[in-house]
Amino acid sequence: MKILVCISHVPDTTSKINFTDGDTKFDTNGVQFVINPNDEFGLTRAMWFKEKQGASVDVVNVGGPETEPTLRKALAIGADAAIRVNTEATDGFAVAKQLAKVVKDGAYDLVIAGRESIDYNGGMVPGMLASLIGANFVANCIGLEIEGTSAKAVREIDGGKETVSTSLPLVIGGQKGLVEESDLRIPNMRGIMMARKKPLNVMEPIDPSAETNATSFEKPAPKGAVKLVDADNVDELVSLLHNEAKVI
Amino acid sequence: METIEKELLRGGQFLVKETNCEDVFTPEDFNEEQQMMKEAVIEFNDREIIAHRERFEKKDYAFTEECMRKAGELGFLGVAVPEEYGGLGMGFVSTMLVCDYISSGTGSFSTAFGAHTGIGTMPITLYGTEEQKQKYVPQLATGEWFGAYCLTEPGAGSDANSGKTTAVLSDDGKTYKINGQKMWISNAGFCKLFIVFARIEDDKNITGFIVENDPSNGITLGEEEHKLGIRASSTRQVFFNDTVVPVENMLAGRGEGFKIAMNALNVGRIKLAAACLDSQRRITTTAVQYANERKQFKTPIADFGAIKSKIAEMAASAYAGESASYRAAKNIEDRIAIRQASGNTHQEAELKGVEEYAIECSLLKVAVSEDVQNCADEGIQIFGGMGFSEETPMEAAWRDARIARIYEGTNEINRMLSVGMLVKKAMKGHVDLLGPAMKVADELMGIPSFDVPDYSELFSEEKDIIARLKKVFLMVAGSAVQKFGPDLEKHQQLLLNASNILIEIYMAESAILRAEKNAKRIGVEAQEEQIAMAKLYLFNAVEIIKKNGMEGIISFAEGDEQKMMLMGLKRFTKYTNYPNVVELRNTIAEKVKAENKYCF
Ligand SMILES: Cc1cc2nc3c(=O)[nH]c(=O)nc-3n(C[C@H](O)[C@H](O)[C@H](O)COP(=O)(O)OP(=O)(O)OC[C@H]3O[C@@H](n4cnc5c(N)ncnc54)[C@H](O)[C@@H]3O)c2cc1C
Repeated sequence: MKILVCISHVPDTTSKINFTDGDTKFDTNGVQFVINPNDEFGLTRAMWFKEKQGASVDVVNVGGPETEPTLRKALAIGADAAIRVNTEATDGFAVAKQLAKVVKDGAYDLVIAGRESIDYNGGMVPGMLASLIGANFVANCIGLEIEGTSAKAVREIDGGKETVSTSLPLVIGGQKGLVEESDLRIPNMRGIMMARKKPLNVMEPIDPSAETNATSFEKPAPKGAVKLVDADNVDELVSLLHNEAKVI
Repeated sequence: METIEKELLRGGQFLVKETNCEDVFTPEDFNEEQQMMKEAVIEFNDREIIAHRERFEKKDYAFTEECMRKAGELGFLGVAVPEEYGGLGMGFVSTMLVCDYISSGTGSFSTAFGAHTGIGTMPITLYGTEEQKQKYVPQLATGEWFGAYCLTEPGAGSDANSGKTTAVLSDDGKTYKINGQKMWISNAGFCKLFIVFARIEDDKNITGFIVENDPSNGITLGEEEHKLGIRASSTRQVFFNDTVVPVENMLAGRGEGFKIAMNALNVGRIKLAAACLDSQRRITTTAVQYANERKQFKTPIADFGAIKSKIAEMAASAYAGESASYRAAKNIEDRIAIRQASGNTHQEAELKGVEEYAIECSLLKVAVSEDVQNCADEGIQIFGGMGFSEETPMEAAWRDARIARIYEGTNEINRMLSVGMLVKKAMKGHVDLLGPAMKVADELMGIPSFDVPDYSELFSEEKDIIARLKKVFLMVAGSAVQKFGPDLEKHQQLLLNASNILIEIYMAESAILRAEKNAKRIGVEAQEEQIAMAKLYLFNAVEIIKKNGMEGIISFAEGDEQKMMLMGLKRFTKYTNYPNVVELRNTIAEKVKAENKYCF
């Protein structure tokens, strides 16, 4: 089985978020980047397939050279080879288009993407990719088993789970549940040393134009100070909720 | 290689040579692989150690062992071990950074890690025969076996060569029988292998042996010691009662044990400094996070000048510690490379490479072990009453920090050693101190220049001050050597003064060179806080040097000589433009507050 894991290069969840260029660009200054958590669950599941059932695992990212440390971390965790499509990841469709080419060229059987990346939370790439390459698709995937060419996938649905059976070629939008947090791997020292020797191929993009363009970003208004109202003073509380918070 | 050789300082030479900022390695120079290693170690520390901090405080020795096994699985125990023996054979800087970032969760794990990878493994990789290395090192590198180091005895602590443990050769000449009592042995409770030092007949020096831990071979352990800190680090007495050891298990030659012990400690010392660094970062981060949250008088306490001052000092000392530790680590790495290129085996090269910088290793051990203690102390203070409570991490950090001043040679021993080694190097002609010291003596007699130098360039005044601080050392130590000759070693308080001067010079210079290097590559504005930390550190260093210089001078010089030297001291420690220290501290503290962590 040939597996491709799509890896997004995203800011660490504890990063301070700021914008530059008149609020049109994310300010990467001082930000630490990590493997998108949903993708990391997927990568860890892919490693399980590789070790338990025999599979090759490649990883791919659409992005500039600055994303290479993230790909190299995936190699250190155990992926066999990495591909970087050398263009800025603009919108979901632009990314899906590039990935479709990679999947077709590499004849992958299973593509594991994250349900969404935690930077812009578009959540469109896996579905679009599946449709571009004509593969089956399972969104919000929290469990995956493969036997031969048939697959059993568990999906998170509102308040419950759905189990579906499908077959390869398959694209999933994965998330926590594919594996648990405690299963996530810390790259070991040998893996880190070997990562340097594994292939990281840079591909030039096909028609990198995007269909949408972010014109501005806005941060949520900062939380105001908390007002404490004395427990005996119900009148003041009601007045504040009515006049200031305007919720009653 | 030749180019490195030309620029690479010899050990102790920092005192008489000026270093360019381009020639120092700083933590900002970590390559991508090192960066990835650092992140992996931090992740391990967060997930496996820090998340279970209370287990260590409850003396869960088995858990320390379990964490060591996990560290082994991830390859952390083998980073310094050559590849031929199952390790990863990484460079010295990489091994330092693993030790640095793995050590901050708890002193219990950090001690187990240090004792195993350092003094438990290194004597074999550095001195073992091919057979010994093949037989023992692979298990140690993976954590299948753990090692411990038995040097100290009830009657032989700082005076390590005075141990009473004996090794007697059997009649057939095939085995030694070891008898004796060792004390304070880290990892004793779960180790499979001991490095044991014992005396053969009435040799002047002790001899090292590799001894497998086998209770049926006369080895028994005392109870766990109950300690102030590092509570889940196994520390026991080890008794050898007619323990039989094959002659092949002798390390190096007969009587070479003391040398092995000392050289293993050189590596141990610089690694111990590294092991205190991330604690300082974490303590500073935890403290600033608390200070940003905690309000008194309707104000986050982080906004109070008194707290800002602490935060700034904590950050500046951590910064200087990092700067000096990685500077020395890279010198060692380069020296090893040079020696290997000129035909030394890896083993010889590593041994000589580290030995070359034994002075720096001692200085760093002392400086950083004291800084982490101060840092934890101020951390408690920032937490107020909560800092005194077992519920916050400050209390354990403070208790755990305390041991670093005692083991791997007490700080007193290391202070005296640093100056002693330097004087010895000068006598042997390895470092020319005499020439520069004579020049300083001439300068003292001469008429001082009243020109005001041009200090407009970044750090020009600071670098000038550093150059003059070196003169303080040369003046004090130079005259002391002249006065006392070999008797100098009896004047311990003077040696401590001299060592304090040496420490501050090395730390301050390293901080300045790092900030300068970063300012050059990123820009002065972007590095405003680093510049402020380097300046603040130097300001403090100058004060310490003034005091120690004065104490030293007064202790042995009288009359006109004393007057002249005190005037020299004043001149050498003079600022033309005093830095506004309050502003420096505010600049640093505002940055750390805004980032809500130690962010350098
Ligand atoms: C938790 C812990 C773990 C340890 N782990 C190990 C281990 O794994 N293996 C091992 O072999 N040892 C280990 N040690 C022992 C440690 O290295 C010694 O405790 C240390 O070297 C000091 O020796 P001592 O305790 O006998 O103190 P002493 O030597 O008695 O020193 C007492 C005081 O006198 C001072 N002093 C001693 N001699 C001089 C001198 N000549 N001039 C001036 N001052 C002097 C010292 O600086 C100190 O302040 C450990 C100790 C502890 C507490």
